[in-house]
Amino acid sequence: MYAVKRQMVMAAVGAMVMLVSSICFGSGIPDRITINSIQKYYDGVDFNHAAHINNLKDCGLCHHHTTGAQVSDPNCVRCHKNSGAQAVVSCKGCHSSTPFSPEELKRQKDQHPPIYHMDKVGLKGAYHLGCVGCHQKMGAPTGCEDCHKRNDSGNGIFHSGTYAPKTPGKAKSSHH
Amino acid sequence: MIDRRDFLKGCLACSVTAASISVVGKDAFAAGSFEGYPDAMGVLVDLTRCVGCRSCEAACNNEQKLPDPDLPFDDQSVFKEERRTTDKAYTVVNKYEIADKDTLFRKMQCNHCNEPACLTSCFVNAYTKTKEGAVIYNSKVCVGCRNCMIACPFNIPAYSYSSPTNPLIKKCIFCYDTRLKNGRPPACVEICPQQVMTFGHRSDLLAIGHERIKNDPAKYVNKVYGEKEVGGTSWMYLSSVDFDKVGLDNHMQNEPIISNVKDFLGMVPMVLSIWPALFTGIHLLATKNKGEHGDHDHEEGDQQ
Repeated sequence: MYAVKRQMVMAAVGAMVMLVSSICFGSGIPDRITINSIQKYYDGVDFNHAAHINNLKDCGLCHHHTTGAQVSDPNCVRCHKNSGAQAVVSCKGCHSSTPFSPEELKRQKDQHPPIYHMDKVGLKGAYHLGCVGCHQKMGAPTGCEDCHKRNDSGNGIFHSGTYAPKTPGKAKSSHH
Repeated sequence: MIDRRDFLKGCLACSVTAASISVVGKDAFAAGSFEGYPDAMGVLVDLTRCVGCRSCEAACNNEQKLPDPDLPFDDQSVFKEERRTTDKAYTVVNKYEIADKDTLFRKMQCNHCNEPACLTSCFVNAYTKTKEGAVIYNSKVCVGCRNCMIACPFNIPAYSYSSPTNPLIKKCIFCYDTRLKNGRPPACVEICPQQVMTFGHRSDLLAIGHERIKNDPAKYVNKVYGEKEVGGTSWMYLSSVDFDKVGLDNHMQNEPIISNVKDFLGMVPMVLSIWPALFTGIHLLATKNKGEHGDHDHEEGDQQ
């Protein structure tokens, strides 16, 4: 009797969780994603995918046409009106982490047909333009360290934190 | 015998012919006909993307091994005043408050002109425009005359006033030594989180720039700054507001700066070679019969 009751409670809890983020659990969509493939001066981002799904509902806002969502950009509609869900949906699956390497510049130039995806931003640009652009509109945090903490080599290159100039403020007088 | 009036007429005709020949010759090699090296690289700067994080300044300082800054690169107080490039900072970001619009930021650095005025003005030939598009300079031959600082239409070259023994010109070199000549983008482009800067072949960037304007005409001013300015530059800009409002001269001439002086300088050899002969001839003729018999009648006859 007690065991049955416990099972019922667990089932109810399970059902509630399913309802809250049914899309995520339904098709293996990750709830949290650690974005760290290009981290250098900042730590990786612990991205709450589920919260963004629940807030935005529309996958296409970030994933363009790749999840099979309806696209509204007239330039995309020309090919991707009914192109359906793609095998690759991750940002780094399409956006290059080295968009300006000689190989990548050549690849972009040689692609067929040559008129589409010509001006595709790199991975870092895709993350920041997508995230910061939306965060500005939504009134969400937009500071660098609101999403990722700057690490030691980052402080080094920015001459900040423990690497801060010894006599700050002296700058003003040396203006020519 | 040829009289003085005919001689003068002849001289005039000769000099007009000489001048027209030299004009024709100049057209063949006219400044402005050079549209940059075919494989020259460039950078398209989209001001609508910049958030003023100053990462580019930090990356430049690190890459070019410049002296430590006076303030950390994440210090936003520097935006209180408009800064220019210095011998310690080859790129600086400035903030522009636009009425009724968002705040815009613009990074300034050498624009790497197709026909650089600094190169034209340098009498020791310290400057070179490389086939990759960079305007570099040889500091070993620089004598510190600062002509390039006056010649540059964008106020870029800076001077190491603080060095008493060996003051030199300092400016952005497109990271030529460490990156560009190996096909890699400059450090500022690579670090930029917002991909404000797009690196590529200049000709491709022009196409991309015009395409962005076409796809969103409400967002952009219909102009790629640097496409034509002073004969074209390797670094070009897209903006959502008039370029004057973000510190870029919107009325810059389309002719390279060298065109302003080329006509004049082209005349110098002609003046030096023809004028002495011409005026000696005039002088000789005018004084030919002086002293032999009354010259007064002749003078009066000419003045009719």
